[in-house]
Amino acid sequence: MRRGYQVRVVGPQDWILIPALIAAALTVLFGTPARLFHMSLPEPIFPMVLAFAWPLIRPSVLAPAALLLCGLFLDLLWGGSLGLWAVVMLGVYGVILAVRGLIQGQETLVLFFWYSGATLVAYAVAWLFVTLDAGAAPSIFAGLLQAAATIALFPLANLVIERFDDGDVRFR
Amino acid sequence: MAFRDGPFENFKVPLVWTAAVAVVVAGVAAVLLLLTDKRENTANGYGGVRGGFDQAAAPVGGVLSAPVRWIGHLSDGVSGYFFAVSENRKLKEQLADMQALRDANITLKNTNDRYEALLGIRTEPAIRMATARAVSESRGPFSNARLIDAGTRKGIRVGNPVVNEHGLVGRVVGTTNGVSRVLLLTDVASRTPVLIDRSDARAILVGDGGGNPRLDFLRGQGTIQAGDRVLTSGDGGVFPRGLPVGVVARSIDGSWRVKLFADAGAIDFVRVLLFQSFDQLVDPAALEAPPLAGLQTAPAPSPELTARIEAVAPARRQAPATQPALTTTPSRPPAAAPSAARPPVIRPAAATPARPTATPAARPANTISTPPSTAAARKANPQPPAPKKKSSAPARRPDGTPTRPVPYNRMSNGGAR
Repeated sequence: MRRGYQVRVVGPQDWILIPALIAAALTVLFGTPARLFHMSLPEPIFPMVLAFAWPLIRPSVLAPAALLLCGLFLDLLWGGSLGLWAVVMLGVYGVILAVRGLIQGQETLVLFFWYSGATLVAYAVAWLFVTLDAGAAPSIFAGLLQAAATIALFPLANLVIERFDDGDVRFR
Repeated sequence: MAFRDGPFENFKVPLVWTAAVAVVVAGVAAVLLLLTDKRENTANGYGGVRGGFDQAAAPVGGVLSAPVRWIGHLSDGVSGYFFAVSENRKLKEQLADMQALRDANITLKNTNDRYEALLGIRTEPAIRMATARAVSESRGPFSNARLIDAGTRKGIRVGNPVVNEHGLVGRVVGTTNGVSRVLLLTDVASRTPVLIDRSDARAILVGDGGGNPRLDFLRGQGTIQAGDRVLTSGDGGVFPRGLPVGVVARSIDGSWRVKLFADAGAIDFVRVLLFQSFDQLVDPAALEAPPLAGLQTAPAPSPELTARIEAVAPARRQAPATQPALTTTPSRPPAAAPSAARPPVIRPAAATPARPTATPAARPANTISTPPSTAAARKANPQPPAPKKKSSAPARRPDGTPTRPVPYNRMSNGGAR
């Protein structure tokens, strides 16, 4: 007798909606004005993980829309210029989408370098825009600190990629 | 004929292309939002979207911040337990210093009050405040702001300064009914006119997203050195003068920066000074009043006092030559009128001493009046000075300390120089 195979279906809610909500919740959580041992909480850009992982998992029409909403959410929550982080993360998504053929299937270390480079370029773009908008240059040191906190999230990006890459035969 | 049966039967758009088109469309939308974002043009600093978002985000942030705040208190407790001895030693040293400062402060305050009374100076009255709790914050290099759970319902308006128990935090840049957004001094868009307390030199405090904002537009040689206290200058009218900001420090790049007082503790609870401009602090009618208008505001004598006056007056009328005047004359120097040798002065319970410039020479010598505010008279009657301030001035306790609302320049750490 032939046994039936259980087909695993990964819908957009699994790899787009839920991770986006988790990123938003973590952003709000890390935005609490609390001090632990006289130090403030770090403030990484959680949706950057998704901007890097989503194009590697599968090109999608919904992912850019979700990133746009995530970016607007960050701008509204932090009181920055509306659209800044949306532009930055869509830029990261677009770049990774363009070179996904080079990155897919590479080792974790290569992914880490690409993720770090994309994050640094994103911060450079944001720094440039804020400099032009505010008429004063933000502190490079403070920018590097936040970029480092965001780069430290690479294990999360790698986890998302491993979790959903090849998760559905339709993604191939 | 169905679409799939036509010439496009085998036509498939690559998924990457559709994703790229979506990226371009979303990117164009984001850029348009970025270019059309004009927050400054609105009256309350917000558009409808921002105001609604903050209204919704504030309670969520409040709920999420509660457990994190508890953990923060726990960590403070742990660190306080392990550093109790060194903390105690440091506090004892500070207490010894503060006791000397307190004595000097009492003396200076007494002298200052007398000078104000002598010169008829109208000092700035107290500024009303609204207390709020920070529920969310952004600490990144591109935005340093906080969301507080108080808004226009408490009288908060765009531009109001925000302080905590240590010093200036920032100013309100957007407000709704129950939520306001505070732009911190460290934000890249923050510009604050300040002065150096030691030299009275002026500068602009410029935030750059880092922890210590930079001092720009300093002039003169030797006007600044490490350790100088920085206060708000009041220039421009956005901030009142004298709010404590921080201490000057030299940066590794050679620029002058300020270590903010507000960073000495968590900025969880803040107070918003309901300050708009200097003209709101002073009643125009009071400004235009003559300097001695306070003399006309003495309350009517009580029935008991009236009875005593009527009992004393006939006797004085009958023997004006043999009996010395009941009141102290203005020509008499204060030192020549020791309190023990003076006749008892009948003073209304609520009457305040008149200003010394208001000599009672024009009054009849045998009338009972409030004595001039000489040193001896003040010693005999330790009441507050003449009503030189307008009615909104803070009430005072018997020991002379102001009651609520607390003036901004008398907050803890705020008035000490």
